[in-house]
Amino acid sequence: MRRLAAAAILAAALAGGAARADEIRATGDLGLIVERETGSLLLVDQSERAVISRIEGLGDLSHASLVYSPDQRFAYVFGRDGGLTKVDIVTQSVAARVIQAGNSIGGAISDDGRLVAVSNYEPGGVRVFDAETLNMVADIPTGSKTIGLVDAPGRRFVFTLWDEGETWIADLSGETPAITRIGGIGEYPYDALITGDGRTYVAGLFGEDGLTALDLWAETPRPVRVLPGYGRGDEPLPVYKMPHLEGWALAGGEFVLPAVGHHEVLWVDAATFAETGRTRTHGQPVFAMSRPDGRQVWVNFAHPLNDRVQIIDTLTKKVVHELTPGAAVLHMEFTARGHEVWVSVRDAGKVVIYDTRTFEALAEIEAVSPSGIFFTARAHRTGL
Amino acid sequence: MRSVPAVLLALSGAAGAGEAAPDARALARLVHQDCGSCHGITLKGGLGPDIRPATIAHHTPESLKSVILDGIPGTPMPPWRPLITEAEADWIARYLLEGPS
Repeated sequence: MRRLAAAAILAAALAGGAARADEIRATGDLGLIVERETGSLLLVDQSERAVISRIEGLGDLSHASLVYSPDQRFAYVFGRDGGLTKVDIVTQSVAARVIQAGNSIGGAISDDGRLVAVSNYEPGGVRVFDAETLNMVADIPTGSKTIGLVDAPGRRFVFTLWDEGETWIADLSGETPAITRIGGIGEYPYDALITGDGRTYVAGLFGEDGLTALDLWAETPRPVRVLPGYGRGDEPLPVYKMPHLEGWALAGGEFVLPAVGHHEVLWVDAATFAETGRTRTHGQPVFAMSRPDGRQVWVNFAHPLNDRVQIIDTLTKKVVHELTPGAAVLHMEFTARGHEVWVSVRDAGKVVIYDTRTFEALAEIEAVSPSGIFFTARAHRTGL
Repeated sequence: MRSVPAVLLALSGAAGAGEAAPDARALARLVHQDCGSCHGITLKGGLGPDIRPATIAHHTPESLKSVILDGIPGTPMPPWRPLITEAEADWIARYLLEGPS
C-alpha cells in the first residue's frame, strides 16, 4: 500500500508538477472560528483578514473549543455533543471524528502533543485519546461534572470536579495514569486556568466569593484561597452566564479575573495572591483577556449587557475605551503579538477585527452565530 | 446590516414590559441561546440540568414559571424576573414543557 501510494503521488507530481510555493499555505497565521449552530468552522487567515473556507460536519458546537497540534496542522475540536473531531487545516477537511461521551465541555493537548484529553459532563470524567488515531488510551471517571481541564508540563492534565470541589492531577507519563486528588477547592468551581509557565492552577468558585490556587511545583499542592469573600457587603447579582477563566489575563505581574455576580474585574498580585485593585465594569465580565504584551485587558459581558467590550489600561486599572460591536459579543482572540484582536458577535453574524492601539475597526467577516475564535499560535502555549 | 433591526427587535421583545403578546421568535432565541449557556443549546444539559420535556414533566406550567421567574436559591439557577415579564415566563414554561416544534 505504501509503495502504491508513493507511486501515485509521484505520478501526480509528474503529471501536474510539484506543488508550487504559491499553492502552499503555511498555517502559522491561520485560525478557526466556531459557528455554533451550524456545526461548522471557518478557516481564516489573520494577515489577509479573510475567510479561506468553511469546514462542516462537526455536530453540536455550542460551547465548543479546540486545541492545536504542535505542528499547527491539526485542530482537535471539542463539541458539546461529546464529539471529538480532528480537523486538518492544510487539506481543510475532517481527518477523524469520534463521539466519545454524551455531553462534553472542553479539552486539552499534552505538552508533547501525543495525547488529547476531553472533559465530560455525561458521563462525568476525563477521557484521553491518542492524538494520531483518536483511539482512547485512558478513561478517568470522576462521578462528577468536570471543568477547568488544562495541560500541565510532564504529560499531565489537571481538572476539577464541579460537584465535589476537588482538583485531580492525572500524570500520563507512565504506563497507567497516576492520579493525585486534592480536596477543599471550594463550592462549585466553575472553570480554571493554568499560568503559562505551568506552575499555578487557579479555580474560580461559583458557590462562594473567591478562587483557589494550587502550586503545581509543590510536592503536595495545597489549596490556597484567593480573594475570599471579595463581594462582601455587596448583594451578588443574578448570574446569567458563567465567566470563563481560560484566556485569563496576566498583566504586568497581576492576574485580572472576572468577579462572579458583580460588575467588576479583580486584580491580584500573581506572586502573593493579595488583592491589588478592582475595576468597575459595564456588566458582569465573561472574559477578561490580556493583550499579549499585558498592557491592556479586554473584557466582554454576560447577558443582557453583552453588546459591548471595554478596554482597561493595566497601568491605571481604568477603562480607557469602550466598543459596541453588536448584540452578543461572545469571544475575543488576539493576534500572537497583540496588534489586532478579532471579536465574535453572535447575533450580528459577524467577527469584527480591531486595531488594538487605535481601536479602529479594520475589517468584518461574515459568520453564522460565531462563538470561539482560535488562532494557531495557541499550539505553543501551555494551557491553551 | 440586515441583522441590526432583527437584533433590536429581539431585545425589545425580550426586555419590554406590558406589551400585548410575547414575541415567540425572540423568546425561543432567548431559551436556546441564553438559557442554553448553562442548559445547552439543545437543552439537554450542561452545567445546568437537562430541561427537555421528559425531564421536566413533573412541573406544571405554573411551577416551572415560578422557577424561571425566581430561580432556585442555593443553586446557579438565577431569577429571570429582572429581565422578562410574567407573560414571557409563562410562554417559556409552556414552550419547555411542550418541547420545541
